[in-house]
Amino acid sequence: MKVFIGIDLGSTTTKAVAIDEHQNVLGRGITNSRSNYDTAAQVAKQEALLNARYYLFRQELAASGALNGGLDDFVGQLERDFRLEQFLEQLRDLEEVCLTNTASGKFAQGTKAVGEALLEVFKRLRDEAPAIFAPGARRKSDFFRDIAGSRYHAVGEEVAKEMGVPYEHLLNVFDRSIIEVENRVYIEGQRSQLLRAVDRTFLALPQTQSRTDKIREPIERVLDTELEEVYVVGTGYGRARLPFSKEHIRSEILCHGLGAHVMYPGTATVLDIGGQDTKAIQVDPAGIVENFQMNDRCAAGCGRYLGYIADEMNLGLHELGPLAMQATRTVRINSTCTVFAGAELRDRLALGEKREDILSGLHRAIILRAMSILARSGGIRDEFTFTGGVAKNEAAVKALRELIYENYGEMTININPDSIYTGALGGATFAFRAFQEGQVARPKEAAH
Amino acid sequence: MTTPATAAMPASSKKPQVQKEDAMWLQKELINRNYQELATAHERGKKISATFVPGNLNELLMCFDFARSLPETNQLQNGMRKKSGKFIMDAERDGQSEDVCTYVKSDLGMMLNGQVGPTGDPLPRPDLLLLSYTGCFTFMKWFELIRQKFGGETVMLHVPYQGDGKINPNMRDYVVKQLKETVIPALEKVSGVKFDIDRLRQYMRESAKAEEDLVAVLQSAKNRPSPIDGYFGGVYYIGPIFTAFRGTPDASKFYGMLRSEIEQRVRDGKGPITPDGEMTSERYRLVVEGPPNWTSFRDFWKMFYEDGAVVVTSTYAKVGGLYDFGFRHDPDRPLESLAEYCMGCYTNLNLPQRIDMICKYIEEYQADGLLINSIKSCNSFSAGQLLILREVEKRTGKPAAFIETDLVDPRYFSAANVKNRLESYFQMIEQKRAAQH
Repeated sequence: MKVFIGIDLGSTTTKAVAIDEHQNVLGRGITNSRSNYDTAAQVAKQEALLNARYYLFRQELAASGALNGGLDDFVGQLERDFRLEQFLEQLRDLEEVCLTNTASGKFAQGTKAVGEALLEVFKRLRDEAPAIFAPGARRKSDFFRDIAGSRYHAVGEEVAKEMGVPYEHLLNVFDRSIIEVENRVYIEGQRSQLLRAVDRTFLALPQTQSRTDKIREPIERVLDTELEEVYVVGTGYGRARLPFSKEHIRSEILCHGLGAHVMYPGTATVLDIGGQDTKAIQVDPAGIVENFQMNDRCAAGCGRYLGYIADEMNLGLHELGPLAMQATRTVRINSTCTVFAGAELRDRLALGEKREDILSGLHRAIILRAMSILARSGGIRDEFTFTGGVAKNEAAVKALRELIYENYGEMTININPDSIYTGALGGATFAFRAFQEGQVARPKEAAH
Repeated sequence: MTTPATAAMPASSKKPQVQKEDAMWLQKELINRNYQELATAHERGKKISATFVPGNLNELLMCFDFARSLPETNQLQNGMRKKSGKFIMDAERDGQSEDVCTYVKSDLGMMLNGQVGPTGDPLPRPDLLLLSYTGCFTFMKWFELIRQKFGGETVMLHVPYQGDGKINPNMRDYVVKQLKETVIPALEKVSGVKFDIDRLRQYMRESAKAEEDLVAVLQSAKNRPSPIDGYFGGVYYIGPIFTAFRGTPDASKFYGMLRSEIEQRVRDGKGPITPDGEMTSERYRLVVEGPPNWTSFRDFWKMFYEDGAVVVTSTYAKVGGLYDFGFRHDPDRPLESLAEYCMGCYTNLNLPQRIDMICKYIEEYQADGLLINSIKSCNSFSAGQLLILREVEKRTGKPAAFIETDLVDPRYFSAANVKNRLESYFQMIEQKRAAQH
């Protein structure tokens, strides 16, 4: 089947969306941008195509009636089992690289001991892996680097103590190995990983075992369906790094405008707050950009600012919004300068302000800055669509709603749970349109 | 306030294959020669004047044998030669705030670093500071700072703003009176040379000749394809006439040569010459408002020509004198004409005049839209730019866009940010075109 793909290379994460010939969204993929955009683009695309397979599994399994009633449980379990398979494969890879790097490391007489400790660490990591992907298990991140990194650190410390190996040696080996592993793309094994995952799922859901053939048949059919990448469009901060020719690259402003229009056809004004920029975009009824404004040279008031604040407070980025929602009052914050963020925060804390009240003020300050960029772009018109990573932050959304009401009155405000994919969706739509216009895909390299 | 514009290519340029028109090589020679003249002026018994580009009284200064230094030009040259960053930081260390105009700081920094000019020739302190345009308040403060720190005779000509969108006779008389009663006597005193109005008339005759040719060159961009870039190329073209050369036979020769070169390009149907060679495909025709960034000038230009964008005309190329609506230096009314020249430069126009001018440009040059480069350092240009943008969009129906950089502070040029906006703008134009078909 024909697939059209949009890839949005952001400063923090890379997103991909795959759509079909009827412009249905088949799949979405996301990965951390690392410092390697090529890999990030490939991984995000693979994720989106994998996600598309699940979409198709769902469709086919629903049509076959093989799971009547148990479809969601089955596909949910299958996704987790696949993640586990994927994780285990990367873990095996990491182990191998770590062992190689140990041999070439400068541990002198300690080399053998470090090697043994590593074997033990990886054994324990493998043993505990199924629990990480168990139903209901909470993961701070879905990215291999984050999961493997945090568990390696914890398990490594235990093992180092028990086996009398310096912990720094284990850390050193990990640090030297993770980038290599992270930058590898695993395309080949996907089909067999999926089939192994299906086996795991049957074991996990004994009630399905009597129907394995009936279930396996549509799944294999989907796996045999070729997803033909007809046209790929890249956008985002790292777009110039994509190995595509110029026709395959679109500005992120145009992609966000079109993506927002596809999600909400009534969109007139778009606000996107991403990791390092804030964009205000005005689109016409066809989704064509009429006007835009961005933050200038500095990233004040962007997602990265929240990142610094989270670091300063020793919190996860996703914990900021909920904490700010507990505020009883909003502290007035003047500066959205990322460089001053820490100082501003400590200053307020020293004055005895409560953390949640300060956070509420910080969120309002960010949105105030966005309001000024919006005003410069021509103001807010109905309907208004808010996108980007910050749209997931409830405190930011609350401040935005209040300020829009104060300044522009009643307004339809659209926030899509998948808003982080807006740029990639716009890219995929451009890809579809380019195909329609009869352009031929011309990647610079055959690798994609 | 930001002024031009003798953008001679740095002598130490490392890429030898830079392509230029023949006239551009001559231009570079002229600019370098002026720096040598400044370096040796005192040895040759001449006095040095410093004066700003907009509304400069070059013909008058030549009547008193002054060697002529243009402070903004010196700093843009330092910017292009990557020297301004250090100068600015030195000036900040000396007490200037981050928000002060970066031309001013770069100039003060250069002085603190021992008076060596952009070309490496000594640049002695001026004997006279002639403030002949007061439309930029910063100019006044700039000279005040120089006077405070380094001394020097100052003369000020107050130039009324065209607040009502026109020059009335009272305004002109007021300027002429100042020229007669204040400026000329001061120039006589500092230089020791007696004023000769016939000498002034002769210089003005040369000016008018060069101005005629300059207008023909700038307006050649009405052709498709445009044979010139009226912004990035434009700053080279305006160099001599906006600075120490207006009124000299050298300038007349330069503009005559440039004009015939450009007219040949029109006949050959050729596009502009860029540092990477001739531009062969013209995809977008833009009008640009605001000064360029000098510290990343080449990279900035490249973002345009590599996407097939040519600037057909710019307001910046009018900052040292607005000739395309008919003004010429007039030897028959020398002082009156100097007064009109001072009051007529671009930044002395009010907001509605600027909007009218840009709309007219978009129409006459068949441009795809307006791009504003808003300069952190320059409120003379920047104040009101968003209003201009909205109004031009409304009147012409053409898309407009806004980018932000600085003159000579390298810290305020974010290539990724600028490129992002430019690409978006070009694609926006493309989309609008597609939608119209």
